[in-house]
Amino acid sequence: MTSRQIYLDYQATTPCDPRVVEKMFPYFTLNFGNPHSRNHPHGWTAEEAVEKARKQIAFLIGADPREIIFTSGATESNNLALKGVSTFYKTQKTHIVTCATEHKCVLDTCRHLEQEGFSVTYLPVQSSGLIDLNDLQKAIGPETVLVSIMAVNNEIGVIQPLDEIGKICRKAGVFFHTDAAQAVGKIPLDVESMNIDLLSISGHKIYGPKGIGALYVRRKPRVRLQALINGGGQERGMRSGTLPTPLCVGLGEACAIAKEEMMDEARNLKVLSDHLYEGITSRLKDVYLNGAGAPRIPGNLNLSFAYVEGEGLMMGIKDLSVSSGSACTSSSLEPSYVLRALGVEEELSHTSIRFGLGRFTTQADVDIAIERVVTEVNRLREMSPLWEMAQEGIDLKSIQWSEH
Amino acid sequence: MTYSTKVVDHYENPRNVGSLDKNDVCVGTGFVGAPACGDVMKLQIKVNKDGIIEDAKFKTFGCGSAIASSSLITEWIKGKTLGEAYAIRNTDVAQHLALPPVKIHCSILAEDAVKAAIADYQAKIGKPNATGD
Repeated sequence: MTSRQIYLDYQATTPCDPRVVEKMFPYFTLNFGNPHSRNHPHGWTAEEAVEKARKQIAFLIGADPREIIFTSGATESNNLALKGVSTFYKTQKTHIVTCATEHKCVLDTCRHLEQEGFSVTYLPVQSSGLIDLNDLQKAIGPETVLVSIMAVNNEIGVIQPLDEIGKICRKAGVFFHTDAAQAVGKIPLDVESMNIDLLSISGHKIYGPKGIGALYVRRKPRVRLQALINGGGQERGMRSGTLPTPLCVGLGEACAIAKEEMMDEARNLKVLSDHLYEGITSRLKDVYLNGAGAPRIPGNLNLSFAYVEGEGLMMGIKDLSVSSGSACTSSSLEPSYVLRALGVEEELSHTSIRFGLGRFTTQADVDIAIERVVTEVNRLREMSPLWEMAQEGIDLKSIQWSEH
Repeated sequence: MTYSTKVVDHYENPRNVGSLDKNDVCVGTGFVGAPACGDVMKLQIKVNKDGIIEDAKFKTFGCGSAIASSSLITEWIKGKTLGEAYAIRNTDVAQHLALPPVKIHCSILAEDAVKAAIADYQAKIGKPNATGD
């Protein structure tokens, strides 16, 4: 990696904010106590730090600190929410509603629950990437125990209508879980006004450390769940294991910073991502925004560059760390299931690049990104037989392709 | 994924990018792959009266390995007879470029493109199966 490498993959992970790291340091060495040691000052100091962090997390989402369970990350939080709730209530209800564009850890957990005998409805999404609330309403039945709909999509950055989903769930008497890994610290969230019963948080998506996350679990009306990890009964019995004090402190501080700076940061990011979008689309034609028409977080732009294959493009813009919905970046050779769910044609999914902007992205970074992308797309289009045909006015859909 | 230096070289400095006149009777055009699969190659050969490929051009929609495979194979077939070009195997391309297993299909596509171009040329001049295939 060169020093001029520009990071534009903030939906994959974020660097730790130096202010976060600074707060964590003393808890590795000086204040190393076990927060569950109740009978000496080493333990008390650690416990105090962990409880402060719990408050900071709760404050960001309008929850009570007692409703925050520390986990190893959003994947564990999602597993705990889905498996924990459905297992606890399985003698009463056995149906779950989720959506096709959820993160793999939700979808894979749902597949697992299907094997365990639960039934799952995967709601389709509209071309904007949002679910249709009528579909949700129809999918909920007397057997439904839980609705799990993500707050913000990791690939295309669109924000699901959480308020409306919360209302529907509350009225129907089913629990509402949201995977908010990409939403926390990016958009205002309030578990009370949004009627959210469970909410998953990731540390490393919000400038906190990797290896820590949290699950909000509502107390009133109480949501009960079966623990996945048994042991000493920490985290009110829902997640045993000694809490990693430095990581908890880091997540807490990351939430406190987000609470303080979220609005300003969102404004700055909107300026930068608008600049990126304008800079590219004013100089290149046939560029499409995936998830257009939906409210979105400002730090995400998922663009399809028609006639240029995504991985080929990434190789050309190798000094930009971005990610692609193209098949070739995964071993599966299947293009993104999220873009497919949006109804994006396969040939266009192969041409998509996700630009993720964040706290440390600068105007200069964006300017360089625009230049690199425009130059490389033009170069590759000159090399593309599809571009040539399109310029000759040949309709690519009229061709009988030899699928292989 | 990291790429071999040869793939990077062909990707950054592709040889023989372009098009030949597809209506020219001396030009054979091979068109393989599909946009939905993420790879499309157009490979053209210009054959002289001695049956030698005197020019070759390509255009490719695909990843770096696909571009490199087509670039390399156009280099290889220039100056060869149709029979010699027909005999080039994808494994030679894959080996030369050090393609990882997940990219072998790129080299297969390049081989197919050459064969399709030869077939097109032979159909044009009315001599099918000139390579004895």
